[in-house]
Amino acid sequence: MKSGFATLSAMLRQRSGAVGIVLVIVHLLIALLAPIIIPHDAVAQDAAAILEPPSFAHLFGTDRLGRDIFSRTLLGGREAIVISTLSTICAMVWGCLLGIILALAGGRLDACVMRVIDAMVAIPWILLVMLFVAALGSSTVALIPLLGFSYGLSVIYLARSAALDFVARDFVLAAQVRGESRWTIAVTELLPNIRDSLAVQGAMQWSWIFLAVSSLSFLGMGVAPPTPDWGQMISDARGIMRSAPWAVVWPMVFLSSLIIGVNLSVDAWAKVLSIGQLGRIPQP
Amino acid sequence: MLSLIVRRIANSVFTLVLISVVVFAGLELMPGDACTAYLGREGKGAALDACRARMGLDASPAIRFGQWASSIMSGDLGISTQRDKPITEIVGWRLRNTLVLSAVAALVGIPLAVFLGIFAGLRHDGPFDLAASGVALVAMTIPEFVSASLLIMVFAVGLEWTAGVVTIGYKASLPEMAAAAVLPALVLSMILSAHIMRMVRASVIDVFKSDFVLMARLKGVPRQQIIWRHVVPNSLLPVISVIGLTIAWMLGGVVIVESIFNYPGLGRLAVDVVGDRDLPLVQAIALLFGITYVITNMVTDIVALMLNPRLRTYRA
Repeated sequence: MKSGFATLSAMLRQRSGAVGIVLVIVHLLIALLAPIIIPHDAVAQDAAAILEPPSFAHLFGTDRLGRDIFSRTLLGGREAIVISTLSTICAMVWGCLLGIILALAGGRLDACVMRVIDAMVAIPWILLVMLFVAALGSSTVALIPLLGFSYGLSVIYLARSAALDFVARDFVLAAQVRGESRWTIAVTELLPNIRDSLAVQGAMQWSWIFLAVSSLSFLGMGVAPPTPDWGQMISDARGIMRSAPWAVVWPMVFLSSLIIGVNLSVDAWAKVLSIGQLGRIPQP
Repeated sequence: MLSLIVRRIANSVFTLVLISVVVFAGLELMPGDACTAYLGREGKGAALDACRARMGLDASPAIRFGQWASSIMSGDLGISTQRDKPITEIVGWRLRNTLVLSAVAALVGIPLAVFLGIFAGLRHDGPFDLAASGVALVAMTIPEFVSASLLIMVFAVGLEWTAGVVTIGYKASLPEMAAAAVLPALVLSMILSAHIMRMVRASVIDVFKSDFVLMARLKGVPRQQIIWRHVVPNSLLPVISVIGLTIAWMLGGVVIVESIFNYPGLGRLAVDVVGDRDLPLVQAIALLFGITYVITNMVTDIVALMLNPRLRTYRA
């Protein structure tokens, strides 16, 4: 197990890892500092400046309501980043705990619960969220537990199979003989051993959840206007791509560079910790 | 062998039953029901009771699940509350259109991915591999709606080869549908093939390092024969299940891609239906996606079982 600093410097020595980390850091700085550095009010509409091409007054131009795209793009990741981070924490906590407990319990309990999880994974998450949006109406606060729940399902598989590698080892047996509770064994014996691979998986989950939030905003079910969001900006400006390409290009560039940065960093991280197979395919 | 296949099928049937329970319970757990959604603000008092009685919602959940499940078994998905039409009628054509779209994407994407993956893996870390892996990383990480918008920008707005959105109705003939599906299928197959290509590449590199390939080389087997007789078939075996998973993933991606291109399939219907709060229809669509997922996984598992004898030996 390596210290945080050693891991980071090993990641930076790989070219793709360095690119990824720089992209992520730049995005975090932008998200943190955006309220200070934006030149215009991001929600202020200006009927005199509708769909203006980029200029010194408006670096990225203006959208169809005359809002400054530069300011909106800088702010556009903030809410989605917060939602994805909180959802990832939910997903990791419930997925890891249930996965580890199931690996320890084994037998009939494990088999039964896993069959139910199999069935739940078969329904695409986006429909799951839609089912709830249909009933409750869209709300960003409701998105966090919803996404946390549905992405936690795939974490259960990962945590369970990671824990299964250790369940039969002597030190777990020793703890069982000592009479320690299942809960204590999960937290003090298994969790430290699978911490690294779960952390990398968590970062991967984050990028999928971020994509999910952006896709939902794109469909009008995520971040609610007037709060600027990249997915929602792209969906707004898509129809006027021919006459005002600047309105759609910048949110795309920001959104894609964040996601690519996270993926490059995760790849480098997995390589440094020598975690072979990442569960690369997002659950449907 | 046969018993393994039978067991796998029985397994899937059981999962299907569980899926229907999950879908039904999911709607039960939510506040409100089809009637409060249908009536909106007028949904209280006598009107609500009348609607519940008309739709049979006053019975206990267990009885309603039994009725729902038995009508599904006879091929009846219920009646849409907003459209006042049998759901099978609404959904049937659109399911066909979604399957056409997925089939076009898979038929283009999978062979492409396998070939690119083999060549990238054989010369890994070479210029071709670096280029292909880089493109694949970008293709699989950026969201569908960004890649779709980019493709529309290039092919529809820039080159003006095709229309940016699909304009034909959902009852169009099969060849018309396949032609309309080209651009949306391109988006799906881009992502699909990026995932599969990376997997094939990793697998080829892995198999190349194995002892039996070393043995073949020591015996003096020509390189081409090593590649096509020994490496490629062995490296494709683990990829089969990944193909299944990716196709299953594609069913989720279809929802977004269809609504971007206005493609008249099941996914776009799902997005439309959410706005209308047509709960029985949402339920039916979720069930259909679940069924397709299970069938896809079952078929790929059985194919893997037939092609890979090693899977047949150890099984609890």
